[in-house]
Amino acid sequence: MSDWEPKIIAFLCNWCSYGAADLAGVSRFQYPANIRIIRVPCSGRINPKFILASLRHGADGVWVSGCHPGDCHYIEGNLYARRKFALLKSQLEYTGIVEPGRLHFSWISSAEGTKFAETARHVVDSVKQVGPAQHFIKMQAQVA
Amino acid sequence: MQTYTEKIRQAAKRLLSEKRVDAVIGFRKGTVVFMNEPFLAKIPEQADQLVWDGNCGINLANYLPKMTGNIAIAAKGCDSRSIVIHLLENQIKREQLYILGIPCSGMIDKRRIQDGMNGREILKAEDTGQNVRIYGSDFEQTLERADFLQENCVICTHKNPVIYDELLGEPVEENQIDRYEDIRRIESMLPEEKRLYFNDLIKPCIRCYACRNACPACFCPTCFVDESKPQWVGKTIDPTDTFTFHFLRAFHLAGRCTDCGACERACPVGIKVRLFTKKLEKEVKELYGYEAGVLQDQQPPLDTYRPEDPEPFLG
Repeated sequence: MSDWEPKIIAFLCNWCSYGAADLAGVSRFQYPANIRIIRVPCSGRINPKFILASLRHGADGVWVSGCHPGDCHYIEGNLYARRKFALLKSQLEYTGIVEPGRLHFSWISSAEGTKFAETARHVVDSVKQVGPAQHFIKMQAQVA
Repeated sequence: MQTYTEKIRQAAKRLLSEKRVDAVIGFRKGTVVFMNEPFLAKIPEQADQLVWDGNCGINLANYLPKMTGNIAIAAKGCDSRSIVIHLLENQIKREQLYILGIPCSGMIDKRRIQDGMNGREILKAEDTGQNVRIYGSDFEQTLERADFLQENCVICTHKNPVIYDELLGEPVEENQIDRYEDIRRIESMLPEEKRLYFNDLIKPCIRCYACRNACPACFCPTCFVDESKPQWVGKTIDPTDTFTFHFLRAFHLAGRCTDCGACERACPVGIKVRLFTKKLEKEVKELYGYEAGVLQDQQPPLDTYRPEDPEPFLG
């Protein structure tokens, strides 16, 4: 397993963290390439279904990032999201679907390219420490 | 129990003959032992079919969403809280309702009784309020009622209705009890133990969705399990699909579940599905100080926010 590299799904808010990823790119900050970005209009768009679906399809980690509370493009989307995330993470860890370290949340503004690269490194590191996801992957064929 | 039955019948007769309501939602005797069935009395003569005893565990608030006309409903503590949730979520108007509040001393868990019978069949049961008398073809037995209550009733802290137009009995004493002992036990497990625990828990699930159908808070026009294109929740009984269902069902009830136990009661294979919802109930209480359906002027916790909300998920 020494050459195992985790697959991490990152849900990034269009207005901030996605911009931060862009900024990190144009600024040539280095961060690991394990992250698959999915652009969402707001962190409030994140439905628990998305996170469970990512895990079911074999993602080793999930990272959700949005605007800092108070800076939402839609005024309050991330403030609602915050309550959902708090309950979601505790419930996921309570039921044992995800070990601590597989699921990450952060607030990153579009000016924080360095923070984006740092957080990406941190997320990849901690997912690597937990190891490959094995248990919550759907083995049966998808029935349409 | 006889007195409640009498009082419900009287109230129903009065309300129906005065044309104060179009229907009274209550229970009538079921055809199977320990099972009363929900019943809508629409004319005064039907009121005599209404009964009340320890087998009225189904949450009648389930029938309220989108109901038209005026309705009287017999509501125990948990039902009344579910009614408050319906009012907050605009599923029914307060003016439409006439709530017959019933202080509740807990509902009987038929599984607990049947488990102790060694396969002997119970043909008849009577709930006297203190005892449960059971009758079979060759035996007769008296059981202590308090020993055979539903698990959620044992730890209930809102036995008296929180909202009513008429209270049909003297309020009963409320429990001061630690509701979350079992949840803390699971929380203290290792991640691997938790996973195995919940895997075993939902293993018998046949995805019949009885828990969803029995739940008063599950009234979406299209349930997430029935969605297609995109289909986020698979329809197979693959453990990941089953788990997704149970997880999301509980998540949709965050801050809305009143722990009435209707889901667990409805489960044909006896899964303790309340272990999912109760954890969220605990979290909501600890993080946002909210108890579902207790106050009528409080926004549901996921429908509001505070600027200083805690962020335990960061990092």
